[in-house]
Amino acid sequence: MIAGSKQPMAATTVRDLPRRRLGASLPLTWLGVAPFLLFALLFLILPTIQIVLGAFRTPDGSVTLANLQGLAVPNILNATWLSMKISLLTALLGCVAGLALAAAVTRGGLPPWLRDATLTFSGVASNFAGVPLAFAFIATLGRLGLMTVVLRDWFGVNIYATGFNLISFTGLALTYLYFQIPLMVLIITPALDGLKREWREAAECLGASGGQYWRMVALPVLWPSLLGTFALLFANAFGAVATAMALTGPSLSIMPIILFAQIRGDVLQDPHLGYALAFSMIVITGIANFIYIMLRSRAERWVK
Amino acid sequence: MKAAKIWSWFAFGLAVIYFFVPLIGTFEFSLRARRGVYSFDAYRSVLGDPQFVATFTYSVVLALFTIVFGVLIVTPTAFWVRLKLPQIRPMVEFITLLPLVIPPIIIVFGYIRLYNTASYLPLTGSAFGTNILLMFGYATLALPYMYRAVDTGLRTIDIRTLTEAAQSLGAGWTTVIGRLILPNVLVAILSGAFLTFAIVIGEYVLAALLNRPAFGPYMVWMGGNRAYEPAALAVIAFSITWACMAVIQLATRLSKHTRAQR
Amino acid sequence: MQFLEIRNLEKSFRTTRVVKDFSLDIEKGEFVSLLGPSGCGKTTVLRMVAGFETPSSGAIRIEGADVVAQRPSQRKIGMVFQAYALFPNLTVAQNVAFGLKIAGVQREKSDARVAEMLKLIGLPDFGKRYPFQLSGGQQQRVALARALAVRPRVLLLDEPLSALDAKIRVSLRAEIREIQKELGITTIFVTHDQEEALSISDRVVVMNGGIAEQVGVPHEVYNRPTTRFVANFVGTLNNFTATVEDPERGIVSLGGVNAALPRLDGGRARGSEVGLAIRPESVHLGRNPGCDVVLPATIESVHFLGSVIRVKAKAAGVFVSLDTFNRTDVPPPPNGSAAEISFSARDLIVLRD
Repeated sequence: MIAGSKQPMAATTVRDLPRRRLGASLPLTWLGVAPFLLFALLFLILPTIQIVLGAFRTPDGSVTLANLQGLAVPNILNATWLSMKISLLTALLGCVAGLALAAAVTRGGLPPWLRDATLTFSGVASNFAGVPLAFAFIATLGRLGLMTVVLRDWFGVNIYATGFNLISFTGLALTYLYFQIPLMVLIITPALDGLKREWREAAECLGASGGQYWRMVALPVLWPSLLGTFALLFANAFGAVATAMALTGPSLSIMPIILFAQIRGDVLQDPHLGYALAFSMIVITGIANFIYIMLRSRAERWVK
Repeated sequence: MKAAKIWSWFAFGLAVIYFFVPLIGTFEFSLRARRGVYSFDAYRSVLGDPQFVATFTYSVVLALFTIVFGVLIVTPTAFWVRLKLPQIRPMVEFITLLPLVIPPIIIVFGYIRLYNTASYLPLTGSAFGTNILLMFGYATLALPYMYRAVDTGLRTIDIRTLTEAAQSLGAGWTTVIGRLILPNVLVAILSGAFLTFAIVIGEYVLAALLNRPAFGPYMVWMGGNRAYEPAALAVIAFSITWACMAVIQLATRLSKHTRAQR
Repeated sequence: MQFLEIRNLEKSFRTTRVVKDFSLDIEKGEFVSLLGPSGCGKTTVLRMVAGFETPSSGAIRIEGADVVAQRPSQRKIGMVFQAYALFPNLTVAQNVAFGLKIAGVQREKSDARVAEMLKLIGLPDFGKRYPFQLSGGQQQRVALARALAVRPRVLLLDEPLSALDAKIRVSLRAEIREIQKELGITTIFVTHDQEEALSISDRVVVMNGGIAEQVGVPHEVYNRPTTRFVANFVGTLNNFTATVEDPERGIVSLGGVNAALPRLDGGRARGSEVGLAIRPESVHLGRNPGCDVVLPATIESVHFLGSVIRVKAKAAGVFVSLDTFNRTDVPPPPNGSAAEISFSARDLIVLRD
């Protein structure tokens, strides 16, 4: 790397300079990205590979599928199913609610400044996840929460008498929506913007009603984006730990919570089972993310 | 068109209720510490708690180190990839997206297995080593956001043309980097930095499993042992996140103005 | 009663009057162009006829019935957009069949109609392709087929050729005109390209600032523009300022030479100024029999275009553009040389400001 030297202006052209430097310092060029690659290797790639490989190894080092088979016990299968359920539910509700909100704000005839405000808020709210979010919902819908009290004292409705409990599957799902919906809004708004006004007008000229336009043109065009974001929201909920830990703690056995307990204290009495558990989590979120990427590139191809 | 407008207001109204009631509820709850009257007792208790000060300071310090490390790792890399190695850009971008795909709990699990006392790099063997490990973990979590912020900043100023123009006028590398590139990406770096700060402050999984006295585990402990203080903590945490986002927005808007003036 | 009647149409957006007192009658089967620069209101008028904008006041009647209160989907109007607006998730055949499907036409009849339309636009084998696989010109033809498939009463085209390459623009505009003639469908065509409007329309409406400045057949609008704007917008024009000598007999003084104008509207005082204009093709280099006005000139620049030679000369204090045909035995005049230009006073256009 030639630092600080000045090139005589007449003797060289612009085309000469970069090429000469590149030729002279080819190994040095790679040096520029070496720290990054080393960092990624040591603290991102290798740890993940370690887990993946560990899932297939026994304590003495030989290859085995026994760890994965060991996942087929009731409590782990239950945890997997529970995780799937909450991820599917919050992804679905997040998609529907997020789409409704995004549609309302981008093309629903609302004042334009509401759109910017909503997008800004969504940007912040999608980062509200974790421990503070759990506290916020406890403070609002817990036994002494503001909403609970208001509903009881002002409207005479005791939600806890109906069997509702914030510290439950339902409560956690409700809490998850707080960051799922904003994420949906952020991702689907560009796709909604991509729905050209002329399509709707052309459809109208050809006799279509609003509903027919949505059914026959807009929704099919949005479909890849919707499905892809659904997959993304699914993966997002599946891997979430902090919110669950702070809200339901060990009482709701979703996969990340079990893995957490296993890492902390080997509650499953088999360290390699932890690997297998982690591996299955990677597979599930990996597939979901893969679907998201595939569908997103397909959506982009259609609507140039 | 009228019917659509009614539905829109309805949907928007529901959203406002859903998103703002918890915020109001949290604030209201945090004021209830003293029986019968609203007061800031919960906040006083929290801010006066030596554990709060200790863990919050720890997280802030760690956040600052993470930011510095993140900037040092990401900025030259983004610059280099754009200028000299565009062919590896897809690979680098894929790497920066991995932390979003792999759940953090998996990453920290990998750390514990890889860097325990029996390995080549026994980082978990000491408190200092674990702190370093935690910082690297945070840098990994913040990587997607930091890289995207810096990369976008570099893209908008077209560094290739800028560098070639500067070099044809006789500028050397230090001048190019110091006087052309850096000032222009400062805003991007700043927004990446604040995002990192927001992430680190509230982070739980990494800190808890590596057993470090960070703010996240402290909050969870409070949640299990106190009634009103957790709400106050939530308000504090939300305010910090909001402040970070506001600064980012402000910085982006200011930079747009200066760019337009040029 | 005409087929399509537009009466005193007005449209204001907040405080800006975009369309002012626009009236037009269109016969059945007629091809009318709305021609004007951007912002003149031509697209707004079109969109009001389509139903996407509501007029602030005025009436629009199709076959005698006022349609202003009707939604676009009820008006039986076909529209082609600048940006093609083909539905990306449907094939070409499905796009063309869209209106038929909405109307509940049976599968067999619909397929036959689609095949007929694809043949009409010259793309009979493209049925299974998707819009992103087509070129701009092909997409626009499919858009046309889609609009015509449902047999609309009126066809509206909003700058359909502006997004296309120059060559395609020329060939496609002729195709559109042929299809329109074959089907006999009443058409309104919006464009800012005066060559487009002149070459394919039955009548041209030149618009400026929200009003229709002139309506007429292309030959009339080009050769007898009634306002300065129309004269300048449609074709090129040489502008002169002459002094009135004899208002009774229409004699003006131009560059020291007198010319007798065939028409000079009254109310002009002796010595007052009048704006005159003349087309390049009416000006001759050198003396020409029958041309009563002869002016001395200096050749400024000569562009040899092959069959046509475009000469720019300075005469009577202004730059005059004139076109002359190439003659194998006469070379083009050199720059800076002195020459004479001549034209007939009959060809002078008096500009009403």
